[in-house]
Amino acid sequence: MSRLRSYVPAALVLVAGLLVWEAAVAIFSIEFYLLPAPHVILRGLYESYPVLLEAGLYTFTEAVVGYALGCGGGILAAMAASRSPAFSALVLPYAIASASVPIIALAPLAIVWFGVEQGSKIAIVALMTFFPTFVSTLRGLLGVTPQALDLMRSCAATEQQVFVKLRLPASLPLVFTALRACTTLAMIGAVVSEFFGGPVKSLGVYIKSTASLFRTREAWSAILVACALGLAFYGAVALAERLVMPWRAERGEF
Amino acid sequence: MGVDRRTVGGSPGPVAPVIEAAGVGCTFTSRAGVTEALRDVSLTVEAGEFVSIIGPSGCGKSTFLRVVGDLVEPATGRVRVNGKTPREARLHRDYGIVFQSPVLYEWRTALENVRLPLELAGRPRAEWEERPRALLRLVGLEAFRDHYPWQLSGGMQQRVSIARALALHPSILLMDEPFGALDEITRDRLNVELLRIWSESGATVLFVTHSIAEAVFLSSRVVVMTPRPGSIDRVVTIDLPRPRTDHIRAERHFFELVTTVRESLREDPALPGPLPPPGGVDGSRRTRRIG
Repeated sequence: MSRLRSYVPAALVLVAGLLVWEAAVAIFSIEFYLLPAPHVILRGLYESYPVLLEAGLYTFTEAVVGYALGCGGGILAAMAASRSPAFSALVLPYAIASASVPIIALAPLAIVWFGVEQGSKIAIVALMTFFPTFVSTLRGLLGVTPQALDLMRSCAATEQQVFVKLRLPASLPLVFTALRACTTLAMIGAVVSEFFGGPVKSLGVYIKSTASLFRTREAWSAILVACALGLAFYGAVALAERLVMPWRAERGEF
Repeated sequence: MGVDRRTVGGSPGPVAPVIEAAGVGCTFTSRAGVTEALRDVSLTVEAGEFVSIIGPSGCGKSTFLRVVGDLVEPATGRVRVNGKTPREARLHRDYGIVFQSPVLYEWRTALENVRLPLELAGRPRAEWEERPRALLRLVGLEAFRDHYPWQLSGGMQQRVSIARALALHPSILLMDEPFGALDEITRDRLNVELLRIWSESGATVLFVTHSIAEAVFLSSRVVVMTPRPGSIDRVVTIDLPRPRTDHIRAERHFFELVTTVRESLREDPALPGPLPPPGGVDGSRRTRRIG
């Protein structure tokens, strides 16, 4: 309960922000197509929610499937690479450098390769989430302390045991740091990829087409849906983190 | 009971020593060049002994312990542990080791940390509960078995790591400055506790420290090492009676032995300052008095 209470200040900030927004739109009589008031957006959400729900699910599916492929692949690749620290040292700089590559710029090409439907978006999301997860996991697997390894050695542990009982659990905090960050990347990747082309029943296309027609109320409603889905995604992963690492959860580290 | 090595066994004929090192040399290569960490170190430890190695920081005492434990490969010399090479002894899980830091895995509770060696040795699950519990009882932490390391104090963490080192009934306990990071009050308390654990386990202990009082209080023999390159300067036999309690720290003979060890360390040419005459028996808590 005290945990719930700790969210009260943040909730108050949200409410205050919405009130300021509402007031600013009224006081300065801001045109609705420039910035609709929150209550207008909420009404738009209510009126067009069947369309938004369908579009949201469509886009969210891309994000989650791409995320699963990218993060899953990143973890598996890191596990394989960690077997050879020499190989890891070889590929790690490139994997780190890939963070500065705007993978989203490949979205138009992805459409050429994987079609205008979900395939191309999933590919972009997978590519965007693969490298951060790979780098974090590999760092976690290789970053165990020499003392922790000495202990394993003194206990005559096999390579397999060192991996399962030391490297894997030791890497979890870094793995989950990447997994949490990648939920955001996945939503961005899915929505922005759709700006380059996709079916009407997707959030990205909906936002783009309504905004270009100055139907900003609808655009904002869709953005709100994207935000909510992103938050839910992040929350689900954070919850999984607490369940997988109870020794950290008790410490209140999240 | 902790027994002096001279009374161990009692059987006639030569009993194979637990640790036998002859002419051990060790060098490390780094960017700064080649460092000779150990030169011609020879030491024999008999079953049931408690032998401490003392010396200033960087004298190679930890390196020697790691050579015995097969964590470092010696460049020269011969080491036998229970009549085997250190590697064979390690693979046979002949020793338990306690490091300066507790090295507890943060994702394991106290009990799970203690049972790690059992899991690694492939012991059946049936043993995973009883033995670790008994060991936690031995170190006085049974009530904390479900606590994670961060919930334990530094002294408690080190006790867990001692319990873990004993998990597989090792014949040798290698301890690398186990109490070096603890405050003196906790250290004194754990010293008494360690002697009790040692006498109950019957293990042979090789103990590295830089505390003179600790070495004298615990040991059957104190090996004094000098640095650069690390070599054995002198071995002081500690003939204080056992069992030893805190009271022994106030006895005259304890001070005399502390002084003897301190003077052995002072004779090290690498250390500055002339020797002041041994000034009474007041210096047990000071590590070095240089005039």
